[in-house]
Amino acid sequence: MTTEYLVLSGILFVIGALGVLIRRNAIVVFMCVELMLNACNLAFVTFARQWGNLDGQIIAFFVMVVAAAEVVVGLAIIVTIFRTRRSASVDDANLLKY
Amino acid sequence: MNKIPAPTIEYGTLAPMLLVFGAAVLGVLVEAFAPRYLRKSIHVPLTLLSLAGAFVLVVVQTMTKGAPTAPAAMGAVAVDGPALFLWGVILVLAFVSVLLINDEGQFVASAAAVPGTAAEDEAEAEGRAHTEIYPLVLFAVGGMMLFPASNDLLVMFVALEVMSLPLYLLCGLARRRRLLSQEAAMKYFLLGAFSSAFFLYGTALVYGYAGSVDLAKISDALGTGGVLDPLLLAGLALLGVGLMFKVGAAPFQAWKPDVYQGAPTPITALMASGVLVAAVGAVLRVLWVGLGNLDWDWRPVMWGVAALTMIVGSVLAITQTEIKRMLAYSSIAHAGFLLIGVLATFDAAEQNADSLSAILFYLLVYGFTTVGAFAVVTMVREAGGEAGHLSRWAGLGKRSPMLAGVFAFFLLAFAGIPLTSGFFGKYAVFVAALRSGSESGDSMGAWMTGLVVVAVLASAIAAFFYVRVIVLMFFSEPLADGPTVASPSAGTAAVIALALLVTAVVGVYPQPILDIAHQAASGLFVR
Repeated sequence: MTTEYLVLSGILFVIGALGVLIRRNAIVVFMCVELMLNACNLAFVTFARQWGNLDGQIIAFFVMVVAAAEVVVGLAIIVTIFRTRRSASVDDANLLKY
Repeated sequence: MNKIPAPTIEYGTLAPMLLVFGAAVLGVLVEAFAPRYLRKSIHVPLTLLSLAGAFVLVVVQTMTKGAPTAPAAMGAVAVDGPALFLWGVILVLAFVSVLLINDEGQFVASAAAVPGTAAEDEAEAEGRAHTEIYPLVLFAVGGMMLFPASNDLLVMFVALEVMSLPLYLLCGLARRRRLLSQEAAMKYFLLGAFSSAFFLYGTALVYGYAGSVDLAKISDALGTGGVLDPLLLAGLALLGVGLMFKVGAAPFQAWKPDVYQGAPTPITALMASGVLVAAVGAVLRVLWVGLGNLDWDWRPVMWGVAALTMIVGSVLAITQTEIKRMLAYSSIAHAGFLLIGVLATFDAAEQNADSLSAILFYLLVYGFTTVGAFAVVTMVREAGGEAGHLSRWAGLGKRSPMLAGVFAFFLLAFAGIPLTSGFFGKYAVFVAALRSGSESGDSMGAWMTGLVVVAVLASAIAAFFYVRVIVLMFFSEPLADGPTVASPSAGTAAVIALALLVTAVVGVYPQPILDIAHQAASGLFVR
């Protein structure tokens, strides 16, 4: 009965990964990373149901806390760069290359 | 009614890590309650003493009790011989990096002030400083200690984030060239978050296969499973992406040059030494404890990754014109050499301690030389900060022969020239790889020999660009408006002296360190 959830989690993960690669705005890229983490959470709770143990559900809580910490750090960095450049586009930040 | 059994925590075994994390939390409290003018004078002793104390605890634990034979904290953290060795190395490298971080003029006065505005000048004039750097470094070091010691994939993920999140912030805090620094922080953050999402999805799939994230239980599940499940293979591939990103192996190496160049140099020194040691330790533990039963499947992939990493690192380093970027590509090439060591620890005779001790030894000598090289980079300065462009280093040997000589020595150690520690590091790893290939009945045998041939070729290419810098420093005319060599602070001088001492003494007489590494490796990883 859990296959549908796993497929959904896979789709969400791929949407997130493609978003990171395709989108230009750093905030949107970051939201796509969060989508990937949520896809992981869905997979964890689905597998927890399948195995009948609670590990996966507990892991989901850990992931939520880590994702929240990541938001704090990430937004701080993106806001700083936006204030400097008046743009949050990842294409504009191109001083470091090759 | 059933009672919930209380978990047991081995506080004594975990004491070094708990001390570092405790000092980091104390540092946050200092930041909240101590007046601004007192903060630095509290943070510096707190940070240095906690790192030194943790190192003493590691040594005492190793001398008195020896390495524990079972994982601690209900199987979540494994403090075994290799983990204790890596903890010791990470703590010493972190200590010397903190000595570099103490130097004035490396970090921005106020990160929130937009570069080039009146607010920035005001913050500079007031002499403000971000003392949060110290607790952030301590949290990162705590994460580095937990990363190679974590015995299940969830703890490993948390350790990865605890190690990385402070580093993302620290990368953006350079005083000079702030646009580059902020850009480095953003790139490191976005790519790092992306790769840890891969690691996590890999963990989820492996959990789906094995029903547990505990490395020993994953190993058991792999041992009983007959056919290869696509779920498992996808999970392993995603886990590998996350880990190889942290090591900086090709094709996931793109962040390294940008981040190493943009970050403040003391933080680069910490990342290039401590994070690499921690990440290689974690790779070893996952492959060894968790996936040892599946080595026939991942060894060919790791073979390709190691070969590609060495070639990409060495070849691209030739084209670099920026000193920190060049050292970053050198670090990528060294990550490739380290991966040979990782591969060499698996052979037909299964897991062997000799090869493990070779890679532990290599991590130690490479870490020290790297910190020394970056410490030298902090001293060569011009008007806009450090003299980054290689052309500015021309003729440095004529103006300050001491400094240029020391830097040349570190570069020779990177290249692996005899009489430097780098020679014995490379030698130990290559010999281990050849030996693992010579076991009969191992179909990877000829491949391992081939990998060593690739490694020797890559070393030769790498030697070319190290020697090019030496030639530039000693055999070209100094620039009229060349960079000045700042007289080192006591801390920087001590760091360079220690790095020089380790590189030279181990290069002549490596036996004591080899013995320690061998003793640490003899217990292997606990399960």
